[in-house]
Amino acid sequence: MSLVPVFFYLFATLCIASGAAVIMARNPVHAVLFLILAFFNAAGLFVLLGAQFLALLLVIVYVGAVAVLFLFVVMMLDVDFAQLKAGFIENVPFGLLVSGVVLGELVALFVFKGFTPGALGSRAVSSPVPELSSGVSNIEALGRILYTKYVFFFQMSGLILLVAMIGAIVLTLRHKAGVKRQVIAAQVARSPKEAVEVMEIPSGGAVIPSVEGQ
Amino acid sequence: MDIGIGHYLTVAACLFTLGILGIFLNRKNVIVILMSIELMLLAVNINLVAFSHFMPLGGGMKGDLTGQVFALFVLTVAAAESAIGLAIIVAYFRNRGSIAVDDINMMKG
Repeated sequence: MSLVPVFFYLFATLCIASGAAVIMARNPVHAVLFLILAFFNAAGLFVLLGAQFLALLLVIVYVGAVAVLFLFVVMMLDVDFAQLKAGFIENVPFGLLVSGVVLGELVALFVFKGFTPGALGSRAVSSPVPELSSGVSNIEALGRILYTKYVFFFQMSGLILLVAMIGAIVLTLRHKAGVKRQVIAAQVARSPKEAVEVMEIPSGGAVIPSVEGQ
Repeated sequence: MDIGIGHYLTVAACLFTLGILGIFLNRKNVIVILMSIELMLLAVNINLVAFSHFMPLGGGMKGDLTGQVFALFVLTVAAAESAIGLAIIVAYFRNRGSIAVDDINMMKG
């Protein structure tokens, strides 16, 4: 008896349950922690689908970076959640109606019409998923097409990340007054005339530094 | 019982619907709205990887890696977008002292 359905139902149920807990949690930290649980269970589903690299990428990048960033912001901002939860109850009927319609439409596609991917008509697929026994790992197979066939999109996603990084820094960096920091341009532009001063000192005497400029 | 593509698509549909519901219910709470968007993107990723696994090749084999590549790019864009969204929230909080984004229409005449 195969264990795949057991694991599938376990991961799927936990994923959907923690997704529901995200949107209904009272405490923002709890909501982020349930989001992390949803990501972990989705990574389990990815492993069941044979996408091991993507599953671990989900854990490392999505949980380890994005969800932790959410946690930082939630803990830093000291949010008054009670005030923000105020409009919850009155939005429930309309929200349930719209989301019920969306869910009904999505499920009707493949439950009632017996949706199979073959119904689309088979096409020549040029990048097949390698079997586990063929010696080609998931990472290697992804690398073979990512850097050759999809190199343009790969570079574009690098550019997107660069723009996002610059944008986040521009939005949140601020220079506080009174913080001493190096101004490299001013240091480099200094000339010997203003940096070095020749003084006449009588022997046995001392140099008393002037108040302005040392 | 064999787990077919319909099972994975159902899970993805439920997650997507939960994301939409989260946006509807938590209209004032911009952090939960961002988390609902992440849920929707996760649902789309599950969809893409499920299709990547079940796409029929010729000769009875299955699988097309393009779905996983696309899911990789969706992951990238989702990370970038949540970073920017959180930076906007932090900048807004610094100026206003709270994240009630109802106040954001102050310039309205």
